[in-house]
Amino acid sequence: MPTLFVDGLAVEDTWTLVDGEQPIPDGEDVIVTLPVYQANRDKLLARNDGRVGVHLDPLEPVEAIADDLDHLALVSLDFPSFADGTSFSKARLLRDRHGFEGEVRATGDIRIDQVSHMQRCGFDALSISHQATINSLIEVKDPSLKLYYQPALGDSDTRISGKAWARRAG
Amino acid sequence: MYRYDEFDTEFVNARVEQFRDQVNRRVSGELSEDNFKPIRLQNGVYLQLHAYMLRVAVPYGTLNSRQMRMLAHIARKYDRDYGHFTTRQNIQYNWPKLEDIPDILQDLASVEMHAIQTSGNCIRNVTADHFAGASADEIADPRPYAEILRQWSTVHPEFLFLPRKFKIAVIGSPNDRAAMQFHDIGLEVKKNSDGELGFAVSVGGGLGRTPMIGKLINEFVAEEDLLSYCEAILRVYNLYGRRDNKYKARIKILVHETGLEELKADVDAEFERIRDSVLKLPDADVRAIEAYFAPPEFEKLPITSPKLVAARETDKSFDRWVSQNVSDHKASGYGIVTVALKGTGEAPGDATSAQMDVLADLGERYSFDELRVSHVQNVILPHVKLDDLKAVYDALVEAGMASANAGLITDIIACPGLDYCALATARSIPVAQELSERFADLDRQNEIGELKLKISGCINACGHHHVGHIGILGVEKRGEELYQVTLGGSGDEQAAIGEIIGRGFSSDEITDAVETIVNTYLTRRLSDDEIFLETYRRVGPQPFKDALYPAKEAA
Repeated sequence: MPTLFVDGLAVEDTWTLVDGEQPIPDGEDVIVTLPVYQANRDKLLARNDGRVGVHLDPLEPVEAIADDLDHLALVSLDFPSFADGTSFSKARLLRDRHGFEGEVRATGDIRIDQVSHMQRCGFDALSISHQATINSLIEVKDPSLKLYYQPALGDSDTRISGKAWARRAG
Repeated sequence: MYRYDEFDTEFVNARVEQFRDQVNRRVSGELSEDNFKPIRLQNGVYLQLHAYMLRVAVPYGTLNSRQMRMLAHIARKYDRDYGHFTTRQNIQYNWPKLEDIPDILQDLASVEMHAIQTSGNCIRNVTADHFAGASADEIADPRPYAEILRQWSTVHPEFLFLPRKFKIAVIGSPNDRAAMQFHDIGLEVKKNSDGELGFAVSVGGGLGRTPMIGKLINEFVAEEDLLSYCEAILRVYNLYGRRDNKYKARIKILVHETGLEELKADVDAEFERIRDSVLKLPDADVRAIEAYFAPPEFEKLPITSPKLVAARETDKSFDRWVSQNVSDHKASGYGIVTVALKGTGEAPGDATSAQMDVLADLGERYSFDELRVSHVQNVILPHVKLDDLKAVYDALVEAGMASANAGLITDIIACPGLDYCALATARSIPVAQELSERFADLDRQNEIGELKLKISGCINACGHHHVGHIGILGVEKRGEELYQVTLGGSGDEQAAIGEIIGRGFSSDEITDAVETIVNTYLTRRLSDDEIFLETYRRVGPQPFKDALYPAKEAA
């Protein structure tokens, strides 16, 4: 079972993932895959007994759900391997281009060295299976640098004089 | 030259400590090689055939004497007393021990250098014209922009796991000395009709197994939009670039498969959305970076140097070296010196620690403390007084670096090849060495004139063979090394990809084949001034085919 971290803290995952043919449970928060979402869109949007989230694989564009984002509470973006960074840009688009304010969750092959990058691209929740990464996050061992040569999403960090593009954490 | 401010210094030091911890975890076994690999790659550490290799960034090829001395020190202390300058203006060390690498990076950080993002699927070291700030044909120095791009691309959280590596080159003159059109993004600094600075942007150039010339995606991007425009391109690439096949993952394939128009529409839409965001460059910050690259205080000197004229008259070797290795400088009374790391029979781009120390001394004494690494694997002294050329030359002779062959047939680019590289399918360096010996006679080289010979030991084309006037690609066929020849390539502003001339040659035949090509050119050229590439473009491949494959003709 992966461990869910929201804003850096391990929390219980109350969402149910619905993939394939299984029925969509009533009265629960559900994350559905894009095919399930597209097949049951009207029913899901009309739902009032549980929140709805959509899970996207790297090749499924955020544009597929862009018009419905106001009705979604969560978008989950997958990292099928450590090396596939597509979802970094998708998180950025969700937050920045589409103004999505719900939870943006990362799933898949996530390592500690990527966690800070994910947060800077707009992820606020990480569903992590890699045990060493889980341990590091629980022990609050963050190896990331707190100096950045790029403004992050939201741009709340301290500016650096003379380098409009650089930031210091905090 | 750029100098680190507090932020930069703190950044590289923190990065060294971060990597030291990661190496300790690897050495102790806590990190598996699989988990360590992406970390080491983003710090420039490769696993080669025989050992780890460390690739150190020389941002846009510019360095000072202190930095060059540190490169020498590292070669002496941690390696086998030499380093290898690469076609991306970097330097590689072939034999470092993994546990020494954090100390090497600490030594580099002490002189404001690093190895960040010299490998991995991220934005690599930004390259630039090696004559930047010195050349007479320059509209603006490209290096301030390269430095801004270096900073913006360093540990960019969104672009560290791209489909494939991503290379950016910046030039500031209409003459392209940086093979700009063979980069993922090529930027040419230019002025618009109002005299404002900006960039012509090309995208999707590259070599490798599918060579492509970059396509113009925007004729003029304003200076203040540099980062937002590049970020828009990178975002579109990261979203849509292919990840199913590493050989189809570069942006050139996306451009090719999507079409420039559609890609441009995507880039433009993203650019319009973000151009007025936090990435817009304030004029004051650009000018502050630019000030670091202000020209040195050149003396007011006459255009000719009687001292130089006299020395050239009395020393024929020196005269030749000046003709071949000294280029026009924008300041009167100065020249740009190319130190060719291409002595007869040597491995192109290699320099010993002692040679690096000599280069550092010469840079300090005669070139305003500045040196450059060129993508042709040579070292440049950018600002030398004509009066001082003889002293520089004498010191280079002493150090075995006075080859008067810049731009000639023995000024060869060659990748490390099968002698070092895990990807290579054939040796490159021995081929380069044999050609260098075959054409060693300078009279003959001068008679042949400008000729760019480039050798790659595999299809990944690190030796830029596609853009060689004569290109050689080593492949492996039935257990034997076979060398394919391409003709007519060019990496300059009249970019062209060389054409395969016919069946390949064995390692025993390849030197003779090149000689046959050269002799064919000599008999076909219209005058001594018509260089090989011009003749090839005029007469086409047929005369060369006829000369190389006579038996087939007869049959």
